Amino acid sequence: MNNKSFGKKVLGFVQDNTVPLMFIVICAICIPLSGFSASYLINEIVTRMGRNIFLILCLLIPIMAGMGLNFGMTLGAMAGEIALILVSDWQIWGIPGVVLAMILSIPISVLLGYFCGKILNMAKGREMITSYIISYFMNGIYQLIVLYMMGPIIPIKHSSIKLPRGYGVRNTVSLLNMRQCLDNLLAVRVGGVKIPVLTFLIIGVLCIFIIWFRRTKLGQDMRAVGQDMNVARDAGIKVERTRIISMIMSTVLAGFGMVIYLQNMGNIATYSSHSQIGMFCIAALLVGGASVDRASIGNVFLGVILFHTMFIVAPKAGAAITGDSMIGEYFRVFASYGVVTISLIMYETKKRKNKSLVGQQLAQAQKEEEAQNNG
Amino acid sequence: MLSDNTPLLEMRSIKKDFFGNQVLTDINLTLAEGEVLGLCGENGAGKSTLMKILFGMDVIRETGGYEGEILLNGKPVRFATPFDALAAGIGMVHQEFSLIPGFTATENILLNREPKKRNVISEVFGERLDTLDYNEMTGRAEAAIDKMGFKIDKGMRINEMPVGHKQFTEIARELSKDNLKLLILDEPTAVLTEKEADALLSSIRSMSEKGIAVIFITHRLHEILSVCDKVVVMRDGYVVSDVPAAETSVSEISKWMVGRSVENTGSIDIRDTSKSKTMMSIRNLWVDMPGETVRNVTLDIKEGEILGIGGLAGQGKLGIPNGIMGLYEAGGAVELDGKPIPLNSPRKCLDASLAFVSEDRRGVGLLLDETLEWNVAFPAMQVQNKFLKRYLGGLVKWRDEKAIREVTDRYIDELAIKCTGSKQKARELSGGNQQKICLAKAFALEPKFLFVSEPTRGIDIGAKELVLQALKKFNRESGVTVVMISSELEELRQICDRIAIVSGGRIAGIRPASDPSEEFGLLMVSMVK
Amino acid sequence: MNETLVDRNNITLRDRLKNMVASFGLPRLIIAGFLLLLFIAAPFVGADFWTQISNTVNRFSWNAIMVLAMVPMIHSGCGLNFGLPLGIISGLLGATLSIEFGFTGPLSFVMAILIATPFALVLGAAYGWLLNKIKGGEMMIATYVGFSSVSFMCMMWLLLPYHSPTMVWGFAGKGLRTTISLEGFYDKVLANFLQINIGNLSIPTGTLLFFALLAWLMWAFLHTKTGTAMTAVGSNPTFARAAGVNVDRMRLLSVVMSTWLAAIGILVYEQGFGFIQLYMAPFYMALPAVSAILIGGASVNKASIANVIIGTFLFQGIVTMTPTVMNSAIHMDMSEVIRVVASQGMILYALTRKTEGTK
Repeated sequence: MNNKSFGKKVLGFVQDNTVPLMFIVICAICIPLSGFSASYLINEIVTRMGRNIFLILCLLIPIMAGMGLNFGMTLGAMAGEIALILVSDWQIWGIPGVVLAMILSIPISVLLGYFCGKILNMAKGREMITSYIISYFMNGIYQLIVLYMMGPIIPIKHSSIKLPRGYGVRNTVSLLNMRQCLDNLLAVRVGGVKIPVLTFLIIGVLCIFIIWFRRTKLGQDMRAVGQDMNVARDAGIKVERTRIISMIMSTVLAGFGMVIYLQNMGNIATYSSHSQIGMFCIAALLVGGASVDRASIGNVFLGVILFHTMFIVAPKAGAAITGDSMIGEYFRVFASYGVVTISLIMYETKKRKNKSLVGQQLAQAQKEEEAQNNG
Repeated sequence: MLSDNTPLLEMRSIKKDFFGNQVLTDINLTLAEGEVLGLCGENGAGKSTLMKILFGMDVIRETGGYEGEILLNGKPVRFATPFDALAAGIGMVHQEFSLIPGFTATENILLNREPKKRNVISEVFGERLDTLDYNEMTGRAEAAIDKMGFKIDKGMRINEMPVGHKQFTEIARELSKDNLKLLILDEPTAVLTEKEADALLSSIRSMSEKGIAVIFITHRLHEILSVCDKVVVMRDGYVVSDVPAAETSVSEISKWMVGRSVENTGSIDIRDTSKSKTMMSIRNLWVDMPGETVRNVTLDIKEGEILGIGGLAGQGKLGIPNGIMGLYEAGGAVELDGKPIPLNSPRKCLDASLAFVSEDRRGVGLLLDETLEWNVAFPAMQVQNKFLKRYLGGLVKWRDEKAIREVTDRYIDELAIKCTGSKQKARELSGGNQQKICLAKAFALEPKFLFVSEPTRGIDIGAKELVLQALKKFNRESGVTVVMISSELEELRQICDRIAIVSGGRIAGIRPASDPSEEFGLLMVSMVK
Repeated sequence: MNETLVDRNNITLRDRLKNMVASFGLPRLIIAGFLLLLFIAAPFVGADFWTQISNTVNRFSWNAIMVLAMVPMIHSGCGLNFGLPLGIISGLLGATLSIEFGFTGPLSFVMAILIATPFALVLGAAYGWLLNKIKGGEMMIATYVGFSSVSFMCMMWLLLPYHSPTMVWGFAGKGLRTTISLEGFYDKVLANFLQINIGNLSIPTGTLLFFALLAWLMWAFLHTKTGTAMTAVGSNPTFARAAGVNVDRMRLLSVVMSTWLAAIGILVYEQGFGFIQLYMAPFYMALPAVSAILIGGASVNKASIANVIIGTFLFQGIVTMTPTVMNSAIHMDMSEVIRVVASQGMILYALTRKTEGTK
């Protein structure tokens, strides 16, 4: 009896954590195959944690407000990029440059977040696909601004940034002068592993903010709106406004996150940096065990570690197995998309299962009563 | 003191019509502080409309407001929204739960009224960033639960609660409002177990002792007698009696509920079908239709008769046809003309020459965005391969547009459907004409047996008469057995041969349609769950 | 008497115009107007009108079938088929296997279709089964099913034991190339059939006929008993169920049809384009098809053959015209931006409209 319930518990645990467990297995197989040293791996993972966690944390707020995975976080990333391009054109480097870029990204993010929230309010029930299309749509607008308006309309002076034709921004903008300036300040080396203390402190502050935010009135309202819009509206909560605020917050945080991400990378791939960022952040969050309607800070940390371990070791491990390094490259792309697919499917089927479960319970209760009546 | 003479609530000659359809006429009500008023009446008697007026619901304003006067503590009030009503101290617990599933009882009780603490950030960014004061929340929730007198776990999340506790959470939410003077409970005991219902009654008593007036709507009449100070019975939009609870009885109240001022003798040409063969036999049917659960129904339907199935809302009358036709999960045995009908498969039922006109016209009955032609011909085309042209030896079954137009035009003619033509979209028709399309759809199947569920719901009187006559004609002329489900007893008595009354998910009794209304009224409340 | 008649006519005319704009949708009008402007502007900026027409018609003929693939799933209420890449992969499997097996010339095209068909049917059935499990969340999951299958096939193109020297990397002797030339296989087999050439105008008659055939079959299907049932399922699934229709089977059928059409669509695209594109190429092929049918006047739950034709023409018209005309006019190649904003904007517009009747 005890054994049975224990078995059930294990099964339940496995069912609830399929995705993280799957990734633990993948990592466990791939790490030895890749042949990387432990210190190299840890170093890489710590770097990537510093680079990505802030960005992923911005996804938590829309999930709280019931708007699903925010594919529109790309909008924040674009805002961060535009801010950085401007700051680097003004030749403001180092920490002041980073801080100024963050400040500059705020108005752009607020505008984009408001737009995104407005549109999502018109597409209730299909927020995810809509936010996904918004990210493409905005990419077009972004190109319009960066490729055509920067130069004639928005002044860009520096020839290292401007395209030779006289308008538009080059494919890559170097951030060499602010490269890792946040990471290096207060950095500590522990046994060959560089720990970017300041970046982690910033991440820590954001975590505390999110925990604190959950306990505010606005956070409570968002959770209420996320679970049942109609009940929340009946109780007098301004549903539409709350949803827009959650989008704006997420976009602003994504803008900050993108600045942190790019200062670590050291350059901006002007036309592609943002397009993949949403995808990888969402995949990492889901790998950490989050679902479309529930995500925690723990999910973010676990997800980053697992997902990026896979990301680092997959090419080498793939080469070791098949002799072709491209296999590993494709495998990690496949794994990212696959994990989102599986999470989405599990979320939708769970929704349906809950519904049919209610029916079964009712039928059972009636049957029992019927048996009583007959007997 | 002044309050000795001024009642808490006074409603004076309230009138309300929905697009010319008078649903409330000259309603007068008074309610003193701490008084418990039992409000009963059949569905459609006007109870919920009256409560919606009192509570300032949006539908009332959207449909042209109301006439008459509401006085609260002697002062006239007119609520534009439920929030105004709440502010004035009126609370309402609706039939559908209005709770956040993932929140605890405490969080739900204080939803959007949470006590808050200011902090540095909220000083800058506004009060929505105040933090919640969890200790204060727990305290207030506790106080509200104590006031209610029924213990629920304040830390339990709603989706883990038994259904009865959800109901109590809602009540506690109303009680947590300090200014609450009047609480409206709309069929609160419908989802409760017997023990919980008893607990609710005693908590109503304790509220009343604390000076809170309660309007208690229920179909369980004995509850009204045991807890209320006075009983108000409504029928057809009138208050038919307003008496102290001590001076009346269950049978008297049920008589008031169904009795008509003009005595209706029921159907004029009742057919005695007791000697006819049994067309459909239903044995131990259960149906899991939310809100209309059917339990252990056994029923025989005779060939060529019109059987009415009546009863109060939520008692299971709608579950019977929906279960047999396979739209909701069902169990038991059903035979048509001696042959068993498999349950949970709409197709098998249609193949066996059964047809069903659903009560949910817009949801189940119609393709709102398609033409009338499609609506009328679709089931017959799919089930019986009618209106099709065959090519390549039957391999290709082509829609026969001409045949479809002909049959649609015929029914448009026969049922006097008002439309611009057979190509009009079903959405554009009025409710009555949509209902006729639903009938035409069933007629086109040329069934042996027809279920018609609430055929007159939401349509005007003229259309009602036409629909009922069409049904009767269909039965009398083509000999089709008809089962009509309706919440309007008089309508059933007008066209049916026999009427079965469903109560508590079971058949409470079957009587000839010529029996007096009071008999049916007693049956309706006999087993209310 | 006469005056009132005229009056009434005026009102109805204005109302009708208003209704037309409302039902047609402002974004659609803007796009159509923009294309018209491009055509008018073309001769002034020195672009040859007939060449432009030829290009547009050509690109229309390549893409129309993939847009047609949207129709069945919209009809059955599964929404826009963002999972189109799944069908495209079936087509690519057919194409590569046909060449691998040594078929050449027009026969290789026929064989590609024949080989692609079982893949499309099996993958489509699995995909349809999945979509039946997750009713209500189709579009997002479809997108990701498409992405996952494309990235999965990226690995497969490397690993599957292809040997044909025209297809594998020369130096490694294994692993398929990213682009494979179809010369000697089915390059322009349909386009060259009965091709019309008058001056600068050239019409790929065969491809158009092939599309016309499939479009006619689709139109005919929608007029049969099963097609009627499929439309009803999309219009109101509860109604269809109450009328005895097996809703899940209809949806499954529509997904299989859509997947198969996508497979055929990519083969036709390849024969026009002259190359097979593998790896990440199918990745973004769903979005142009989706926006094309929406531009043509379809909504998330209503679509017709006319929507397909108008939409593909408008969309491809913009794709071909903007680079040349805009470039010559303002010396700025903004075609990419215009294409992205117009097509994604159109999808956004459709998603934010309240679809009536069904959810």
